[in-house]
Amino acid sequence: MGSAKEGVSHWWTQRVSAVALIPLTLWFFFSLLALPDLEFDTVKTWLALPISGLLAVLLVAVMFYHSYLGTMVIVEDYVHTNGVKLLGLLALRFLYVLAGGAAVFAILRVAFGS
Amino acid sequence: MPPRARPLSPHIQIYRWQIGSTLSILHRITGAALALGLLALSYWLIALAGGAAPYAAAMRMLASPAGIIALMGWSFAFLYHLLNGIRHLFWDAGVGFERTQRHLSGWIVVLGALGATACLWGLLWHGMHP
Repeated sequence: MGSAKEGVSHWWTQRVSAVALIPLTLWFFFSLLALPDLEFDTVKTWLALPISGLLAVLLVAVMFYHSYLGTMVIVEDYVHTNGVKLLGLLALRFLYVLAGGAAVFAILRVAFGS
Repeated sequence: MPPRARPLSPHIQIYRWQIGSTLSILHRITGAALALGLLALSYWLIALAGGAAPYAAAMRMLASPAGIIALMGWSFAFLYHLLNGIRHLFWDAGVGFERTQRHLSGWIVVLGALGATACLWGLLWHGMHP
């Protein structure tokens, strides 16, 4: 761990994911706004389309990764006790994998039926 | 091991207000707020996969006064983080570092995010009350 070993890769991945998120987030919000309503059947039918499912999985994966990189830096900046910092980073990672994994799983359930 | 007292550099309260540092910390604050928004997004997707009843419960929560306020906050946080993120990407490419350019792009980002948030909610309000 640490900026000396992984700093450049962290910085670069943050930028690459940021660029990818511009079209992905805009697609997601404009698609929702373009739906006639946000009723269960409407949203589910939309998300079950192959293109929606694919882009939604990509969106969630990239967004959770981008967010993880950002909150990681916040913890590193403001938590100064080494043990607590390590635990915090570990908890953060677990939380992101859990919430992101659940979100992707939910999209796949909608796409492939449950 | 207790941390030893070390000499410190001047901290933020010593400096005159400037737009650059304010927008910088706002980028981090909106990013942290959006991280919480991801939990809401996960919950919404899980509810959608869970069926009509869980989805209706999630939508009721989001349509409650607290939910609407949170969604307004998240929409501004997203638009600000998006626009200021693009500003950062230009800087990463080495463009727009002059003082006047920095200030101008900063104000464009703030006013753009506020304006876009207002447009979005105006549109949603209009959609709900045609």
